[in-house]
Amino acid sequence: MQKISIEIVDIIDTSVVYDELSDAASGGICVFLGTVREFTNNETVVSLEFESYKMMALKEMDKIANEALAKWPLNKVVIRHAVGVKKVQEAVVVIGVSAAHRNECFEACRFLIDTLKATVPIWKKEMFKNKSVWVSAHP
Amino acid sequence: MVVFLFGIAKDIVGKSELDLSAFERKLNSVEELICFMNDSYPEFSKLSSLAVAVNGEYASNGVLLDSNDEIALIPPVSGG
Repeated sequence: MQKISIEIVDIIDTSVVYDELSDAASGGICVFLGTVREFTNNETVVSLEFESYKMMALKEMDKIANEALAKWPLNKVVIRHAVGVKKVQEAVVVIGVSAAHRNECFEACRFLIDTLKATVPIWKKEMFKNKSVWVSAHP
Repeated sequence: MVVFLFGIAKDIVGKSELDLSAFERKLNSVEELICFMNDSYPEFSKLSSLAVAVNGEYASNGVLLDSNDEIALIPPVSGG
C-alpha cells in the first residue's frame, strides 16, 4: 500500500484497516472510527445521510494527510469517509495512522479527525422521525 | 456559469446546480457571488458560514470568477 490512502466510499469495511496500516517499521497503530449515534439532544436519530463534493473532498483529505506527515513521523495514513444513508451504529468515517511510537499516532489521529470535520466538504443530515436537520448549518 | 450546490445550499435553492447565466446581474468575484446568493435567497444569510470553492479550492472574497471555473457553494461542513 501507498503511504497515504484516501477514499470516499459507500460502505466502510472496518475489518481491513489493520492490514492497511500494519507496517514493519511501526510500533503502534491508532484508529478512530466515527459511528452513527442514536440520540442527539434526547431525540431519536433514525439515520444520518452524508453528501460530499467528492472532487474537492478528496483534495482536502489529501492536504490534511500531507500536513500530518509533515508534522509527525508517520509510516501510513488512512482517511476514508462514507456517503449515503447510514443507520445507527454504522461506521461513517475511519482515520488511521501507524508510526514507530504511540505518541505521534494519537496526536496525528486527533489532528486528522478534527481537521477533517472543520475543512472537508462533506455534509451530514440527521434524520429524525418527523424532521431532518443539516448538522452545523445554523448558529 | 454554473454553481454547484450541496447540503443545505441545495435545499435552499431547490436544486443541485444554479445556472447564473440565466440572471442579469454579472458576478465577477467570490464576494459578488455571495452577495448575490444572500440577496436572491435570504436563507443563506442565516447560515453559520458560507464559503465558495473555485476549481476545488476554498476561495477568498477577492478571487475573480471565470466562465471556465468550476464553482461551488460550501455551506457549513459537517463530516465525521
